[in-house]
Amino acid sequence: MRLIVEHSTSYSFEAPRKRVVQSHRLTPSDSAAQTIRAWSVAADGASFGAAFVDGAGNRVSTMTVPGPVDGVAVLVRGEVETADTAGVLRGHRETVAPPVYLRETWATAAGIGLHELGAQVSAPLGTLDAAHEMCALVADTIAYTPGVTEADMTAADVVELGQGVCQDQTQVLIAIARIRGTPARYVTGYLLAGDETVGDEASHAWAELYLPDLGWVGFDPANRCCPDARYIRVSSGLDALDAAPIRGISLGAGEESMDIQVSVAAQQ
Amino acid sequence: MLSRTAENLYWTARYVERADCTARLLEMGYRMQLIPTADGGFASEWESVLTAAGARGDFAERYGDAVERNVVSFLVFDAANPSSIKCCLASARNNARAVRTALTTEVWEALNRAYLEFQELERTPRSELSLPQICDWTKRHAAEVRGAHENTQLENEGYRFFNMGHAVERGDNTARLLDVKYYVLLPTSDMVGGGIDNYQWTTLLRALSAHRAYHWAYGGDYAPSRIAHFLILNRACPRSLVHCVNAAEDHLTELSRVTGQRTEANDAAAALLAELADAEIGDIVHDGLHEFLGRFVARNADLGQKIADSYLFGKV
Amino acid sequence: MKSRFFNEMYDGDTVRPAYANLTQWIDGHPPEHFELKRKEAETIFRRIGITFAVYGSEETSERLIPFDMMPRVFTETEWRKLERGVKQRARALNAFLWDIYHRREIVRAGRIPGDLIWRNEAFEPAVVGTSPARGVYSHVVGVDLVRTGLDEFFVLEDNCRTPSGVSYMLENREIMMRLFPDLFRSSRILPVDDYPQALRRTFASVAPEKCAGEPTIAVLTPGSFNSAYYEHSFLADQMGVELVEGPDLFVDGDFVYMRTTRGPQRVDVIYRRIDDPFIDPLCFRPDSLLGVPGLMNVYRSGGVQICSAPGAGVADDKAIYTYVPEMIRFYLGEEPILNNVPTWRCSEPDELKYVLEHLGELVVKEVHGSGGYGMLVGPASTKEEIDAYAARIRHDPGDFIAQPTLALSTSPTFVDQGLAPRHVDLRPYCLVGETVHLTPGGLTRVAMREGSLVVNSSQGGGVKDTWVLAE
Repeated sequence: MRLIVEHSTSYSFEAPRKRVVQSHRLTPSDSAAQTIRAWSVAADGASFGAAFVDGAGNRVSTMTVPGPVDGVAVLVRGEVETADTAGVLRGHRETVAPPVYLRETWATAAGIGLHELGAQVSAPLGTLDAAHEMCALVADTIAYTPGVTEADMTAADVVELGQGVCQDQTQVLIAIARIRGTPARYVTGYLLAGDETVGDEASHAWAELYLPDLGWVGFDPANRCCPDARYIRVSSGLDALDAAPIRGISLGAGEESMDIQVSVAAQQ
Repeated sequence: MLSRTAENLYWTARYVERADCTARLLEMGYRMQLIPTADGGFASEWESVLTAAGARGDFAERYGDAVERNVVSFLVFDAANPSSIKCCLASARNNARAVRTALTTEVWEALNRAYLEFQELERTPRSELSLPQICDWTKRHAAEVRGAHENTQLENEGYRFFNMGHAVERGDNTARLLDVKYYVLLPTSDMVGGGIDNYQWTTLLRALSAHRAYHWAYGGDYAPSRIAHFLILNRACPRSLVHCVNAAEDHLTELSRVTGQRTEANDAAAALLAELADAEIGDIVHDGLHEFLGRFVARNADLGQKIADSYLFGKV
Repeated sequence: MKSRFFNEMYDGDTVRPAYANLTQWIDGHPPEHFELKRKEAETIFRRIGITFAVYGSEETSERLIPFDMMPRVFTETEWRKLERGVKQRARALNAFLWDIYHRREIVRAGRIPGDLIWRNEAFEPAVVGTSPARGVYSHVVGVDLVRTGLDEFFVLEDNCRTPSGVSYMLENREIMMRLFPDLFRSSRILPVDDYPQALRRTFASVAPEKCAGEPTIAVLTPGSFNSAYYEHSFLADQMGVELVEGPDLFVDGDFVYMRTTRGPQRVDVIYRRIDDPFIDPLCFRPDSLLGVPGLMNVYRSGGVQICSAPGAGVADDKAIYTYVPEMIRFYLGEEPILNNVPTWRCSEPDELKYVLEHLGELVVKEVHGSGGYGMLVGPASTKEEIDAYAARIRHDPGDFIAQPTLALSTSPTFVDQGLAPRHVDLRPYCLVGETVHLTPGGLTRVAMREGSLVVNSSQGGGVKDTWVLAE
């Protein structure tokens, strides 16, 4: 399938900022499931530099906007040829040892609720069955409910609440996988939305679990499935913060507002 | 030199100078209240002191009546008033401390001593402290810092920024002080009250420690236009506006020689200096002394901003 | 009476060669002379001490570290062996760091359990695959050593991040040369004052490839409120480079610049004295105000060298420490010249059992602790203290390691009663860049209290000048 992505993130500042600096992970890498045909990241008045591919295979670059700056709009446009690999990540260059993804982070730290949830998995650990079971467990326990959680909520908080969006479900899935000894990570990307998909945001998040026999395999608890040709994988990390497509800072005081527009379309 | 270092040195000097100026303002207010007015009462100058300090509204909100004790509390001891002598000394020391290695031990010790001794001053019962004592104390410590700097500091970039801080702050303060009493310098006020106005002029001069200097420069007679000339256009007077701008311009020129680049701060200082050099005191008084001083304060502030911009202060 | 502690000055009644000249010189002066010198030293040190307090934070209770004017002396022969051992360790630690952030051969070979590394807090996944210049991660390695016999040294711990204390090494020597010029004329002591230049050369040698011409070096400090600020400014001064704080630096395009009165100036090498989590809010802790947004991206794309390299701390972790001899064999194919202190890992059930049964004889440390805080010195503790500590160990065994109480050597020290033996350790500073360099000297810490084995300054320890005699 050929997917066309348009994604804009616009910031506007109440008072002009002295400087804006952002670290971007907005550009996908090739794998068996996706071939990047065209991709661009642009912003008026910004300079881009310090680009590299990190050990996890993420393409990182740095954007700076000199002040005074009233606002900035980051525009992403791209075309990707996708294929269905049943969620299995193949042909992706990376060098981080999978057990590194057993590390706890602040957002995915284990709590009693997470331990109890993890204990419910019955299939032998490390198997595809166990992974599916975990994914279903999260989908059953955390009802997809927009607007109830904050961006900085931890997995333990979310379990207690029993509700959340894709970020929350994904962090819970990661946390319980790690508790049960399965390396897991947070993935951000795009999803071609249809009638049956949950979450109308085309910008999406899901988890990847490392299974000894298959390697990294994606699981999307929000849609109770493994990523297929409708998905574009962009960035991965230990949790939502670590994998964030944009991490930035704008120096100066005053209110800041952000507007995100994403569209993903299949080319006929 | 790191911009932050330059900025800290510049502000160290500005805060020391500001403490000194606040002390001089208070001294003026104190002296003025000692003269009887024609109607048998005493002149209260505390309102004008607060106006000159640019803090009248803030004061009224928190203290109410402008009586000596309140004004002293506010301008000397108040930790919530950023222009109080207490806050100025603390800010000066904080700025200096951040660039400790760029200052000689003597300068640092002078600053540190002022800061520590102020704490002693604070512990002294107010009944045992007279305002003139506090003012003398402040002026002495400010002079110690400045003197240590002149005596021991290498005349490098940092020296220029430090002294530029003094010049810009002092110009601002002289202008504000003058503005408060501008009307006593107007020709019409000559008629008003003779002896009392005379006293006001000398008080103004005394507050600027320029009382005797005036006599050396102009002979015995007080005349409003001569006093105005002395404090605005006489380069020899170390607190005059032209002297301060001249000093700032000198330091900027020296800086541009070292760094090999002229900045917009150089141009701003040169333009302001040229204007003052050409000015006639008669015209200034005729066109409006108050308006002139207001313009000067704005242009001086603009010079300060251009210095900050040219040397990357505070930009990240 | 023969003590179980090695006395560095006396072999029975005979003075050892290292201290021969010193002893002769002491005997040649009346005791009043030393009383006088002691006062003089106090005056000089107080002066510098005041500077220490001023640079540091006088609002917090900054204590002065006591300075003992009796030097600690090594012969050049003794030193050369130590030097080989320390350099060997510094090379192995750097090889280890390169390996775990690249091909991780040592884990594949089963020589170190991967979990110990991957789940270590000091391991930084963000720099996997990043290649620092010349493959060096730890540019200043401080190795803490104790002596237990004529030819017996043990490594207590390694410091691969930003070991502090080197300013004391330089200041102590400075004071000694002022106090006892005649002693320096007669003793032929190897100089240490080239350290700042060697440090500068080390940093210059690891400038990134993109840097053309003479590299610009800067020392990055958290600011004047940091307790080690004095050392930061001292080293910057001595190297002749700028001392910068986070907000002095900014990222633009491929590089990092500092704000100067002459405009932005590119910085090629940053000797950072702030910890990894605070370096860059866009990569690590988002709430850090000490760092430089975007700095890690510039580093990872080869626009600047950060010293020590982010992620270097995993090599000096106390749990990793036990494997350093393995590293030396694995990467260098050599036998370790310096011994590790035998260490029990409480994470291992058998070893935990042994530790709990022998707490009265052992020193127990927290794996992630430092500075002598939160450690248990068995022989010096009451039964209540031991029991309370045992409960902590049982609660989280993985957080603790235990070592035998070492018989730290003694060196003569001026105390109220005159000259008396006190226990000492040693931290030499090994520089790793284009070459591996060890300045002949270091920081000798001394436990000023009689019989005490705790030399940490936070626990009342003092410092001495460390001499290596030229042969």
